Amino acid sequence: MSDDLQALIDSLPDLGGAVLVTLQMTLGGAVLAMLVALVLGFGSRTRSLWVRGPSRVVIEFFRGTSLVVQIFWLFYVLPVFGFKMEALAVAIVALGLNYGAYAAEVVRGSVESVPTGQWEAATALNLGPFHKIRRVIFPQAWALMIPQLANLLIQLLKGSALAFYITLHDLYWWIDELQRDTRDTFFSYGCGLVLYFVIAYVLTWGMNWLEERAKRRLGRGTRPRLRDVFGLKPGVPTEVVRVKGGVA
Amino acid sequence: MTNTSNGTPAIEFRDVVKRFGDNVVLDKLNFSVAQGDRVTLIGPSGSGKTTILRLLMTLEEANGGLILIDGDPYTHEYKGDKWVEIPEKRRRVVRNRVGMVFQQFNLFPNMTVLENIIEAPVHVLGLSKKDATDRAEQLLEQVGMPDKRDARCTQLSGGQQQRVAIARALAMDPEILLLDEVTSALDPEIVADVLGVLRDIARTTDITMLLVTHEMQFAREVSNRVLMFDHGQIVEEADPETMFTNPKHERTQEFLKAVLGG
Repeated sequence: MSDDLQALIDSLPDLGGAVLVTLQMTLGGAVLAMLVALVLGFGSRTRSLWVRGPSRVVIEFFRGTSLVVQIFWLFYVLPVFGFKMEALAVAIVALGLNYGAYAAEVVRGSVESVPTGQWEAATALNLGPFHKIRRVIFPQAWALMIPQLANLLIQLLKGSALAFYITLHDLYWWIDELQRDTRDTFFSYGCGLVLYFVIAYVLTWGMNWLEERAKRRLGRGTRPRLRDVFGLKPGVPTEVVRVKGGVA
Repeated sequence: MTNTSNGTPAIEFRDVVKRFGDNVVLDKLNFSVAQGDRVTLIGPSGSGKTTILRLLMTLEEANGGLILIDGDPYTHEYKGDKWVEIPEKRRRVVRNRVGMVFQQFNLFPNMTVLENIIEAPVHVLGLSKKDATDRAEQLLEQVGMPDKRDARCTQLSGGQQQRVAIARALAMDPEILLLDEVTSALDPEIVADVLGVLRDIARTTDITMLLVTHEMQFAREVSNRVLMFDHGQIVEEADPETMFTNPKHERTQEFLKAVLGG
């Protein structure tokens, strides 16, 4: 055990860099996924078939193909066509497209859960289509989508471990190195479990905070208590509360 | 039908058809409303009253015919013999003249009372935030809620929400105000407050009003014309006094008997 601890201490200088790579992939992938989700999510519910059709095709394609294959394809096959990206960029793009396709469905579902009366009131006030979405619909849909996006963010973090296979020195690489040094699978992978869990927990805090804030802005809930933010709530989608007045 | 001095009605329906699937709700409906008129639409559920308001607010699309606001085609027009949709950009110009208050209020929960009222005047009419706020404060005063400016809509009672919704619609300075069963979702003791606000607006403005309501006494006080609908057609049209005391059509008599319990 003392050898294990010594190996762990020796490898600590690499841990910071490895966690940073994992965080870069996770946060970069999440930002890209959100952009993809917004474009495809709103695109897949427009009236125009020319927008809706391609949006649906892209969503189904990236949801329906394996993340590993997508990563390998971007890393090994794309250069054949003369388009080469850095390993980190490949990981971010693959994670962003894959999870963005899932998140697009979350965006679409949440937008459709905003009561029809809200759309109608915005039309009655003659708000433009983009303004209507930005100021009225999205803030309400946002509160509904956060719990499901939180789940996807955690999955995205865990999915980032696949980037190890395209030479990235991420957290999983660090765990693998520790296993080689110690030859103790229980110890090294145990460390891996703890480290991924800690990062996931921090992300969950962040998402809980965002959810409480979004709900508060809709006049639901109160200022978040520490227990609400730090508690590990399951990512259950927020129920659409329909009360008299169509106020969610 | 009643027309204004220049002869152009505020609202005109010409052969308007509206179907929901196989169900024909409006079948070549023709009627017009003069500027400044207060018209109440009565009739059994499914007779097409609310559909008329929703068509006027472009919340539904007609399947045929023309809707004109101040003589301007609103949603469709004829180019030659072809019935074509009017682009959203042109619709928006006409839509600015129409406001609507809904049965379920539909205030935006992500905004305060004031933000609900000034959102469209600032972003659609291009008013400065200060002017829009001044106007909003006047309107809140008018609807009896001067102290609720910064409240969240979710903190308000149904009656208060509806009064804010009325202020929000008026803030756009509409020429035509559509009121769709605005008291139906309210507790009985609050209905009088909201009706009082509307009575006040009817008395102090010259806005053309089109009301769908089950409050017959209110309809009698506020409107100068009542249209009785059945199966998407006007079966009777009269001033409120005649309509409520001496209806001619058998269908109107049955309906009023059921509603007024007499």
